[in-house]
Amino acid sequence: MSAIRSSTHWGSVFLFLGPALGAIGVFFFIPVIAAFFMSFTDFDIYSLGNWDFARFVGFANYQKLMENPVFWQALKNTFYFVLVGGPLSIAVSLMAAMMLNSPLTKLRSMFRVVYFLPVVTTLVAVAVIWRYIYHPKFGLLNYGLSFLDISPVDWLGDPFWAMPSLIIMAVWKNFGYNMIIFIAGLQNIPKDLYESAMLEGANPWQQFRYITLPMLAPTTVFITLMTIIGYFQFFAEPYVMTQGGPLNETLSIVLYMYQEGFRWWNMGFSAAIAFVLFIIIFIATAIQLRLQKEGSH
Amino acid sequence: MKTTLGFALAFFLAFSGCQKKSQPNEIRFWAMGAEGEKVKLVIPEFEKENPGVTVSVQMIPWTAAHEKLVTAVASGTEPDLTQLGNTWIPEFVALGALKNLDSLANQSESATQSKFFEGVWETNVLDKNLYGIPWYVDTRVMFYRKDVFKKAGYDHPPKTWDELRDLCEKIKKLPGNSKNYAIYLPANEWSHFVTFGLQAGSPILKDSDTRGAFSDPEFRRSFTYLMSFLYDSLAPPRFTEVTNVYQAIEQGFFSIYMSGPWNIPEFKKRLPEHLQSEWMTAPLPGPDNQYPGYSLAGGSSLVMFRNSKNPELTWKFVEFLSRKSTQLKFFTVSGDLPAVKEAWQDSVFLADPYLAAFRQQLDHVKSTPKIPEWEQIAFSRIQTFAELATARKLTIDQTLKQLDESVNIILEKRRWYLEKIGKVKP
Repeated sequence: MSAIRSSTHWGSVFLFLGPALGAIGVFFFIPVIAAFFMSFTDFDIYSLGNWDFARFVGFANYQKLMENPVFWQALKNTFYFVLVGGPLSIAVSLMAAMMLNSPLTKLRSMFRVVYFLPVVTTLVAVAVIWRYIYHPKFGLLNYGLSFLDISPVDWLGDPFWAMPSLIIMAVWKNFGYNMIIFIAGLQNIPKDLYESAMLEGANPWQQFRYITLPMLAPTTVFITLMTIIGYFQFFAEPYVMTQGGPLNETLSIVLYMYQEGFRWWNMGFSAAIAFVLFIIIFIATAIQLRLQKEGSH
Repeated sequence: MKTTLGFALAFFLAFSGCQKKSQPNEIRFWAMGAEGEKVKLVIPEFEKENPGVTVSVQMIPWTAAHEKLVTAVASGTEPDLTQLGNTWIPEFVALGALKNLDSLANQSESATQSKFFEGVWETNVLDKNLYGIPWYVDTRVMFYRKDVFKKAGYDHPPKTWDELRDLCEKIKKLPGNSKNYAIYLPANEWSHFVTFGLQAGSPILKDSDTRGAFSDPEFRRSFTYLMSFLYDSLAPPRFTEVTNVYQAIEQGFFSIYMSGPWNIPEFKKRLPEHLQSEWMTAPLPGPDNQYPGYSLAGGSSLVMFRNSKNPELTWKFVEFLSRKSTQLKFFTVSGDLPAVKEAWQDSVFLADPYLAAFRQQLDHVKSTPKIPEWEQIAFSRIQTFAELATARKLTIDQTLKQLDESVNIILEKRRWYLEKIGKVKP
């Protein structure tokens, strides 16, 4: 045993792990730590030229953030997106997965491809199409609604409708990914469970409630977690569709952070936003894991 | 073992950085968007005049330009020369990246103050120091429908604010125009609000550009004036309704649009045949009896970096680009308007009716405040508050007061900075 624990052993451990650890250290831990310190300074374009023009400001960035109505707006928008868009996306994925898993459905593999296509399409291309769909005068959506005698809605320009419009687009774009995972989960449920349930006279709803849902629980936990984390980082949709407008109604935390940091170079302030987002995601994930643990007992 | 070593090697190579060494006779020039491509057409002449010298152009898309330039400065990998939108100059001066060009320009024949449009030259001067030479200019004038003006009883473009307002009311009253508008003032473009503010004599910012001057009488006057168009349905209140400006103008959704030279070819291309003789450009009206009123002194400058390895050679290239003949050639290949006044005497310009308004306007252009924070103030504050006022979430008084307050928060750092470098006594 002692021979294995000799110094040569440790040497080769470091030799093999070193590059990976080094890369993670340099590209992940150091920037994270640097950003953490930066969030206590007012590092900006003046400081980039000369470090003398950076001030240590303590918690001032965080305080400024708390006092800033734009931040609360962004936070509200992000939660709106997560709490409405997240469950909606998961529900749509599950429904699509069940339909594609049903033996009654024809052309299953074709539909699987069709539903998955938006996931692999670049968002910019998707955005161009959706901007046309949402166009207040010439858009497909308003055209359809005109048959129902609904007057045209300015989907992306109206402060009330802008966020729902982005949510619908995001759900359409993303549900295919979760759907594939759900299909895999569904195929892992043993068929004999359903057979015995049918013999006992369980209706489809009971089968779904007492067999499918519990058996899918591990998949659902995974999907919910990933979706929530991903949806908190809501960025690309408003970035390409609305730039956060109208009236900041679609400004998300990450978009706000991006604008402050990379558009205006208020790096210190932007780093503070990043850490607030980190804490929020951390808490949300912890709560969720806790709930699921309790639920399974 | 081999792969580990290979990986480690690659890792360290990546860090040692493979900085491209510049050749002694090479000028490294960054240019943005279409200019990056077009400038290559004028370079051979320079290289012929200076045997052995090469100009290597790197094209950068506009959307990535700002980030790339800042990172280049931060990491010390800047080129010898770059094109820079003139509102970006203050930021790179604050970074201490740009070379002072005063002595060079004073001794130059082509790249010297008297050759350029005054207002545009001014955008390159910070604290009496010159940091850039204008390359091409950009300003906004009025694009309008002659036939609609005629129907409304105007045989000339409006020369004063009162005339503009009167004309718009008359256009709105034309038969069939109850659902149409007269002018387009999108709230998501800060330029209108700033242009009219400058026209009314507002400095936009005051106290050495450390505080907003938005609630002061001059800006208030211009803002109230512009808002009246939106409130009285003379301008479409929701800018998202207009995704295609050309279509909107064709349909008479509005008839006046303030825009830049890039729209001349677009109007020629996109308006239908029967409207081609019915559109024209005109300088902007002024608030009182001054005509034309001011417009923005936009455009791109050529700036040299302090770390340039070849300052003499680079300056020679700047002088070459500032020559009348080069400016003309560059205009023919790119459509960018010459910054050198003499170039405008060429027959190309005299023959073009659409460019006459720009020539006239360029003698009446003003710079926006020359501070690094300007773009942030314009895009994230003026635009946001203009939107709030347009949507009537705030009154004009509230808008201007809150705009001042939020701009003053941004400028806190600048107040501290000026005090620290001893420019302003607290």
